[in-house]
Amino acid sequence: MTGVLKAKVHVFLKPGVLDVQGKAVEAELHTLGWDGVSNVRVGRAIEFQIAGDDPTRARDEVNRMCERLLANPVIEGYRVEVA
Amino acid sequence: MSTSAPAGLETALQSGLSPDEYALIIRRLNREPNAVELGVFSVMWSEHCSYKSSRRHLGKFPTKGPCVIRGPGENAGVIDIGDGDAAVFKMESHNHPSFIEPYQGAATGVGGIMRDVFTMGARPIALLNALRFGDPEHPRTRRLVSGVVSGIGGYGNCVGVPTVGGETNFHRGYDGNILVNAMCVGLARTDRIFYSAAPAADLPVVYFGSKTGRDGIHGATMASAEFDADSEAKRPTVQVGDPFAEKLLIEATLELMGTGAVAAIQDMGAAGLTSSCVEMAGKGGVGVELNLDLVPQREADMTAYEMMLSESQERMLAILEPGREAEAERIFTKWGLDAAVIGRTTSTGRIVLRHKGEVVCDVPLAPLTEDAPLYDRPWVEETRAKRLDPAKVPAPEDWTTAILTLVGCPDAASRRWIWEQYDRHVMADTLEESGTAADAAVVRVHGTPKGLALTCDCTPRYVSADAYEGGKQAVAEAWRNLTAVGAQPLAITDNLNFGNPEKPEIMAQFVRAVEGMAEACRVLDFPVVSGNVSLYNETDGRAIPPTPAVGGVGLLSDWSRRAAYSTMAPDDILLVVGVSHGELGASLYLREHLGREDGAPPPVDLQAERRNGDFVRALIRDEAVNAVHDLADGGLALAAAEMALASDLGITLEPSSQLHAHALLFGEDQARYLIATPEPETVIARALEAGVPVSPVGRAGGRSFASGDLFDIPLAVLREVNEGWLPNYMSRTA
Repeated sequence: MTGVLKAKVHVFLKPGVLDVQGKAVEAELHTLGWDGVSNVRVGRAIEFQIAGDDPTRARDEVNRMCERLLANPVIEGYRVEVA
Repeated sequence: MSTSAPAGLETALQSGLSPDEYALIIRRLNREPNAVELGVFSVMWSEHCSYKSSRRHLGKFPTKGPCVIRGPGENAGVIDIGDGDAAVFKMESHNHPSFIEPYQGAATGVGGIMRDVFTMGARPIALLNALRFGDPEHPRTRRLVSGVVSGIGGYGNCVGVPTVGGETNFHRGYDGNILVNAMCVGLARTDRIFYSAAPAADLPVVYFGSKTGRDGIHGATMASAEFDADSEAKRPTVQVGDPFAEKLLIEATLELMGTGAVAAIQDMGAAGLTSSCVEMAGKGGVGVELNLDLVPQREADMTAYEMMLSESQERMLAILEPGREAEAERIFTKWGLDAAVIGRTTSTGRIVLRHKGEVVCDVPLAPLTEDAPLYDRPWVEETRAKRLDPAKVPAPEDWTTAILTLVGCPDAASRRWIWEQYDRHVMADTLEESGTAADAAVVRVHGTPKGLALTCDCTPRYVSADAYEGGKQAVAEAWRNLTAVGAQPLAITDNLNFGNPEKPEIMAQFVRAVEGMAEACRVLDFPVVSGNVSLYNETDGRAIPPTPAVGGVGLLSDWSRRAAYSTMAPDDILLVVGVSHGELGASLYLREHLGREDGAPPPVDLQAERRNGDFVRALIRDEAVNAVHDLADGGLALAAAEMALASDLGITLEPSSQLHAHALLFGEDQARYLIATPEPETVIARALEAGVPVSPVGRAGGRSFASGDLFDIPLAVLREVNEGWLPNYMSRTA
């Protein structure tokens, strides 16, 4: 019987790439009085289930999903957790 | 590494310089450059900034005329449109970045061309785009179309400038190098135009806009190199645009200009801070000294090299009148922009950069600007395709299939899927745009009866077959499209996209296309006021079809007297203005129906073009016609089909007995218009008087597109095929 694994993908802009959303969040935090905030970076997390028992194989699979769809490898990096 | 250590030949080669060019730098400096200096040389001597292969030939363009206020050499061209108003416009490519990262590449292309326009003191009022993609069946094409279109829409829509027109072609020749050429048009007052030349020494140099990050480093040299399989490694150079920052930058720049504090100004585009300060000081014959510690930085520990070469978006450099710094600062603070006085102009004729207490660059400006390398690249006599005898081109066996193939082919199908993603009406002055079925977009000059007509044109398959005639045709078609809405064509900008100029056959395409364009500009009184050259559009040694895109601007003195092709009325008589020989060489019919791309393109008789156009313009002014459409791709058949669809009214064509029906219907002879009029006798009489050939070709009415016993296609079928291709293509998954 095949089990189900949980995958969590964190996608974030590569270092050095301008984060327009992060810039807006940072400006708003400053407006609200949190002056000490800097270097805000906004990313996203994607969670899903994937059929299978082998976390290593599943991780490879999710990495391929990131390259094809979940991340834009030109400007984004990603981190995959499978459990 | 010490900042004064010589950079070395190896680094020079990696930066895109040739061994000869590196030797030349050493001769100019009497020493080896350090890394920062080499970086400055490499971007200023890149094809993109120096026009080293093209400059010699660009001088062939006519650039003067009664309407020209400022021709090429500034950030954008400026023309007089009467009453103290000026139109400021330019077209520029963002081909390589858009291929690597289509959304951001196209978005920053739009942002960059807008900055070129408001840098001159103009408020941007319209955007157009000339796009060329690969074969629809190529695995990358769909993603590129989707990314580029959303990037253009994303940026333009956010800034609040309408995207009103453009053109899109598909051809396998662009599989490895798509073309994204963006055009922006702005409005200014003729006595409030701003230029880039620094007027004097000892003036403050102010940086404003977004902070400088590490993005886009070496974009200008990337734009001057061929792609190969290693291009993936060049990916991190893609810059990200921030349209909201651009909107603030527009408002702050225009407000600053209104105070009289600006002595000179230039945006930071390709090659960023380097090209803006070098060009401003160089053109002004002064020097410049900057303290890079003062540059607003997005990231910690940026090196001088990175700051000078960064292509972070939404940044400007201005030289202020003395003592106006505080006033400027108030404006930047109001608009929430980063800003700093980062240096002063000097009288040394040199660029001197300081960073962390050290002089990291100290070189003369002349070798970077007017004494930059200039090449006379060898070129061969081009091979010109031979004329096709229309009688020897097969007629379609099934006319209905032939018509539907044409109407639904990638180059002729409706672009609704594209232009629906663009805000075409923001600013509330748009009268004609991609969705309204006119040959050119029309935007009102706010608060006046005047309108600007705008178009982008090029037929690459003609230029491939015969660069000289194809170059002429690109200019003539822009002129014709402006005329077809009733406008007086005034001037053009161009975007010359070609392959590797170091190959004599590519250089031949470039030289001959420029010469053909120049000839058309001269005869049609249609000077070139700005432009951009994009070379090295090659992948693995295969060049794109030569694509000299033309952006035309015309003036309607009264926008209420204009024409479209959606306004044909029942029982109108259709007339073709101009002579039809049935030229089928390099035609859409030949390619789409017969699968052939041979033959000479239709020759352009520029005198006839002018005569016929002036005649049509007068008819529109006198309200003697209901609808006008230029005859171009697909000839009479496609023009009539488009007029029927746009007007939602059938057309019956009566083919002439003197020509083969397929040559008459699909021939792409130039200098022709299809007009629909309720008073054909008057029009024919006027044509006789003007010495302009006109011939009746059909009548409006009914619900189908028909011709004798050749075909009778219900409009609904025609529409489904025309409207269906692009959305169907985009929704397919693999």
